[in-house]
Amino acid sequence: MSAFDSLKDHTKEGRVFLARSVIAFMVVLLLLGILIGRLYFLQVVQHDQLAALSDDNRIQLQPVAPTRGLIYDRNGTLLADNRPSYSVTLLKEKVGDLEATLTELQRLIPITDRELTSFRKRLKQRRRPYETVPLRFRLTDDEIARIAVNYQRLPGVQVEADLIRYYPFGASLVHALGYVGRINEKELQRTDAKNYSGTHYIGKLGIERFYEPLLHGQVGYHKVETNARGRVMRVLEQTDPVPGEDIVLHLDIRLQQAAEKLVEGRRASIVAIDPKTGGILALVSNPGYDPNLFVTGISTKAYKALRESPDLPLFNRALRGQYPPGSTIKPMVALGVIDSGAVSPSHTVYDPGFYTLTHGGRRYRDWKRGGHGTVGLDMAIYQSCDVWFYDVANRTGVDIISDYLGRFGFGQVTSLDLPEALPGILPSKAWKRSTGRGSWFSGDTLNLSIGQGWMLTTPLQLATAAAVMANRGEWKQPRMLKGVMTHNQQRDPKVIDGSVVEISGLEGTSAVLPNVQLKNEEYWQRIIDAMVAVVHGPRGTARKVGRGLDFQIAGKTGTAQVVGIKQDAVYDAESLAERHRDHALFLAFAPADKPEIAVSVIVENGGGGSSTAAPIARDVIDAFMALKKLDADESLSTGEATDG
Amino acid sequence: MADFQRTMPDAHPHLARRRGFWSYTRLDGILLLLILILCGFGLVVLYSASGGDMGYVIRQAVRMGAGLFVMTVFAQMRPQLFARWAPAMYVISLGLLLAVLLVGVGAKGAQRWIALPGFRFQPAEVVKLVLPLMVACYLANRPLPPSFRHIVISLVLIFVPVVLIMKQPDLGTSLLIAASGIFVLLLSGIYWRYIFGALAVAAAGLPGLWMVMKDYQKQRVLTFLDPESDPLGAGWNIIQSKAAIGSGGLEGKGWMLGTQSQLDFLPESHTDFIIAVLGEEMGMIGILALLLIYLLIISRGLVIAVKAQDSFGRLVAGSVTLTFFVYVFVNIGMVTGILPVVGVPLPLVSYGGTSIVTLMAGFGLLMSVQAHRQMITH
Repeated sequence: MSAFDSLKDHTKEGRVFLARSVIAFMVVLLLLGILIGRLYFLQVVQHDQLAALSDDNRIQLQPVAPTRGLIYDRNGTLLADNRPSYSVTLLKEKVGDLEATLTELQRLIPITDRELTSFRKRLKQRRRPYETVPLRFRLTDDEIARIAVNYQRLPGVQVEADLIRYYPFGASLVHALGYVGRINEKELQRTDAKNYSGTHYIGKLGIERFYEPLLHGQVGYHKVETNARGRVMRVLEQTDPVPGEDIVLHLDIRLQQAAEKLVEGRRASIVAIDPKTGGILALVSNPGYDPNLFVTGISTKAYKALRESPDLPLFNRALRGQYPPGSTIKPMVALGVIDSGAVSPSHTVYDPGFYTLTHGGRRYRDWKRGGHGTVGLDMAIYQSCDVWFYDVANRTGVDIISDYLGRFGFGQVTSLDLPEALPGILPSKAWKRSTGRGSWFSGDTLNLSIGQGWMLTTPLQLATAAAVMANRGEWKQPRMLKGVMTHNQQRDPKVIDGSVVEISGLEGTSAVLPNVQLKNEEYWQRIIDAMVAVVHGPRGTARKVGRGLDFQIAGKTGTAQVVGIKQDAVYDAESLAERHRDHALFLAFAPADKPEIAVSVIVENGGGGSSTAAPIARDVIDAFMALKKLDADESLSTGEATDG
Repeated sequence: MADFQRTMPDAHPHLARRRGFWSYTRLDGILLLLILILCGFGLVVLYSASGGDMGYVIRQAVRMGAGLFVMTVFAQMRPQLFARWAPAMYVISLGLLLAVLLVGVGAKGAQRWIALPGFRFQPAEVVKLVLPLMVACYLANRPLPPSFRHIVISLVLIFVPVVLIMKQPDLGTSLLIAASGIFVLLLSGIYWRYIFGALAVAAAGLPGLWMVMKDYQKQRVLTFLDPESDPLGAGWNIIQSKAAIGSGGLEGKGWMLGTQSQLDFLPESHTDFIIAVLGEEMGMIGILALLLIYLLIISRGLVIAVKAQDSFGRLVAGSVTLTFFVYVFVNIGMVTGILPVVGVPLPLVSYGGTSIVTLMAGFGLLMSVQAHRQMITH
């Protein structure tokens, strides 16, 4: 570098700098132009779109769950209520550090490991965006306060008020009503996602499940402005939800409780039906369990205890208990054999205490050792003579017997709104073949005729059959729903007849049977008279319960063997272990001439139908009659008051 | 020669330019007025961006006052004083940057601060001023346009601190500082062939830059390229700021009425993303007004630079002015989604301490250059 080069030319430097500055200024203008162009693009061209995005941000449609319809009994007693409950929920999108938040919450309120586990499970489930996930339910006021003061430190944590189901009668009605519980993933897929977007609970079982479409109602919306933490700042608009329908059941809680009391401490079931309507007045399955435990989730320990209890409290005996009906079906069998013409109504059989199909063959025993002697139709029913039935069954054949039993609803689900009900088993040749049990033997027919062998029925089916018998063949599908309650302007509840309530999608869940048409209608009275003799006849099997009545009960006892009894073995109920004792059954309706109630009673391992089940049925009928009188007196006195 | 110049004003007072009020204070009236308007504007926006928290506004105003004080002090000093001290300051700065890497404290995975009893400071902020001074000082004493050798030495001077800052890691600041040094080189009149050559090399070197970037820096670039890919994570900022600005439209939603900013959807709304609050609440008109103020400040800065009578003053003033513009451009470009998110505050509007003081000190340099001109004509 020469000395000349190293000399600075200030003029030239100034000129070069000016040139560069001008260029720099141009570049500045150009870049500012780019920024302005970008702003124009965002604020003018894309304005509408981005404004919408900004609105979407802050404005959210929050579904508002409709209030679930209430359930009343026939007299307006509340059976299923909604009560406010507070739960703490987390909004995953807004909770920064989930673990830290959970730890912090655990510091504030007690949260069990199980609650944490179910929370994580719920978190993994399919959720709608910005849907809160509950962590703990039934917060106390103190816990709510503790969370509230720490709100600022817990983004995404909310205390939500919820109405949750409460069953004031607890275990008494669980098998009749079912219960609601938190919606699980499977149910979420089954339901209308939009209508259930705010709903956390769904009918899991029983009436709550079947009438879910009625009880649920229509979802409403709150258009809310939220901040970035998901906290609602204000409600901009709202569409109120349509609450679910309040429904009224045929059930009479007083009768239900009276019946329940009669089988306290026993494994038993009682079903009472109003034959005129098919309305179920009482549906008892004992023992029960508290459905309130299931609403927000039962603890593992409590659930395990229920599940492992030898008394099977979770088991709905009334609908799903399938028992051999024993002699209780004899009136229907007798009706079949005489109406079909296979056997004359005057047919008599000599009963030596057993029956053999072939000379010297297997002996089919009568329950009475030594036999009943010469037995006709009426005596065969009121004395429950097995040999008469063996004989006529053998003469009639299984096809006719099975056909007639089927007309009374055995072997199918006939109840209108109890989808959990099981069909039992109505044996027939086709049934036996199709289930791989081989071909039908004459012995099977004999067993069927006394309700043993393959045949299984539920308490509901027995009560239904009793009701059909009481109606002299007229079918009224057994049902829980009496109607839907509407509230008019005066808040005056009015019950709409249940038969006009139509629920789409529920058709075909039960069989609708035609009325039982006899060739000879007089046979109804013949059989009913025999059933009256069971209770009121001097030699009826249930004559002890027929005393002191100003009306007549038509009934039939039944005793179902729990374990097969070996040929020639001496049968002694006392020596059998309690669990091996016979089931006691009774079906009845009353008053016999103008039936108002049909009842079936099953006491597991209760011993004999006449000694155990029949007195219970009588007490149920007594309670029903007493309540009827009470209601009549009451309406009389209120009527007088109105007149005065 | 330097001595001669320094004695000039006192020796020949009649040769000095007409003395008015501002010449006594040695502040540039036009620039000061623009800065005060900008500060006022910034405080108004900050009040809304902080959700109506007067505490933020007061703290920010205090910083601005401190910055104005530093500016006034700097304005009193002769540019030659800065030139003389530049090499020493440069060496000290490098020492501080090394110290940050060794004993610095930080947040979010970056070490940027040196903690002294009572306060913490970011050496990188000092470098923002020291580097252009150093490069300008080096080049001003050489014939211009600089030779290749001087360019290389300048580049070394630039990239040693830049690499140290990049290591902290603070990509945004290091790029801004590199820009301030390179502006000195560009303004010094280096040949266009070098400029284009460097651009070509830089383009080739981009993959290399990618390699040395930290994961979170890469994430920012990726998010910039496709913000929708992570709408609840890193893309959230850009999506929300675009929604804020776009929803503001021409006239805005009104001061304190921006839903994006007032309902916390806009992250960093009072610091790096404050322009989005302005855009949402005052619309395009509000941003254009702000840009106009910036443009006037830059124009004034360039006028001061062009009017400066020695290379050092010119280069320093030009670099400080253009770097100021880069802040504006990078910040708004980032918030509007045309540049990746790098943590660059919006000058004098974003809430934050050190950067305000540094910026004001830079204006002090401009005023120093402006106030200490001589009336020598050639």
